[in-house]
Amino acid sequence: MNIWLVMFIGGLITFGMRFSLIYLFGRFQVPETMRRALHYVPPAVLSAIVFPELLLSDGSLHLSFENFRLVAGLVAILVAWFSKNTLITIIAGMVALFLLQFFF
Amino acid sequence: MNEQSKQFWAGVRAELPLLISVFPFGMIYGALALNAGLSKLAAQMMSSIVFAGSAQFVTAQLVHDAAPGFVILLTIAVVNLRHMLYSASLAPYLASVSTRWKVLLSYLLTDEAYAPTILKYEREGITPFSHWFLFGAGIVLWSTWQASTAFGIFLGTAIPDSWSLDFALPLTFIAMVVPVLKNRPAIAAAVSAGIVSLLAYSLPFRLGLILAALVGIAVGTLLEKKADSDS
Repeated sequence: MNIWLVMFIGGLITFGMRFSLIYLFGRFQVPETMRRALHYVPPAVLSAIVFPELLLSDGSLHLSFENFRLVAGLVAILVAWFSKNTLITIIAGMVALFLLQFFF
Repeated sequence: MNEQSKQFWAGVRAELPLLISVFPFGMIYGALALNAGLSKLAAQMMSSIVFAGSAQFVTAQLVHDAAPGFVILLTIAVVNLRHMLYSASLAPYLASVSTRWKVLLSYLLTDEAYAPTILKYEREGITPFSHWFLFGAGIVLWSTWQASTAFGIFLGTAIPDSWSLDFALPLTFIAMVVPVLKNRPAIAAAVSAGIVSLLAYSLPFRLGLILAALVGIAVGTLLEKKADSDS
């Protein structure tokens, strides 16, 4: 897998999506269902990535307080919920992880 | 000052508050891309070749996991689908500009450039020079993204592995997704995608990720439709 090829094609795909309807204006309307569906892309994709990162260790489910990433992740979720601030959330989660690894 | 300049600088000013969070975001991307195994040049160039924050983060993650190219491309496509929505909603306002302008402005069309632009256009309607606003917002965002990526790459090489910096990536995703979970369909989309992702984790080529995303999108959309028809 050549990262440069992937990047160039990925760039074309991204540009294509941004350009598509600006270029085709008047000839194509986004269907209502697709418009609604697009709202759910961020929560779906990001959760699909985050859940395994927090809950799986070496491919198997690790639901305990010894799973430091899970605990730090839960801290981050709480901080994100109340602060709605990206930077604070990341810092809180990293600090939580460091503290857990340092003390336990 | 002529009208084009006025619109341009209005766009730049409107974008400035967003840059405060974009800069650290770009830095984190730069450091993480390096940590994920991309070369310094590839990490930097992705910020101009792809130029899409969330897609770049996800790509870094997938490169780290040695996912095949077609999975990365499919994921980029799914993650960036929302840009078609931006394209659709801005199209009426850009209908009369030259194709060259359309190409340039489309290249610059990120979430952060789109947001202040659509608000302004919907307030003021179509004017002859309003594309300069999007240009101002877009170009200042682009420049900030390139600079912050470079800065992150520069710092990235100075940060040791034992700091678990790769954990910052899922944290970034948590930070992006939690504020969006304001209603039942969104929460259902997130939870269903997460669960499918766990169940489908052992599928080859990280196909579980795409499957989980599609399930989440479907669940969210169906619940929203159901909520609408119930009311």
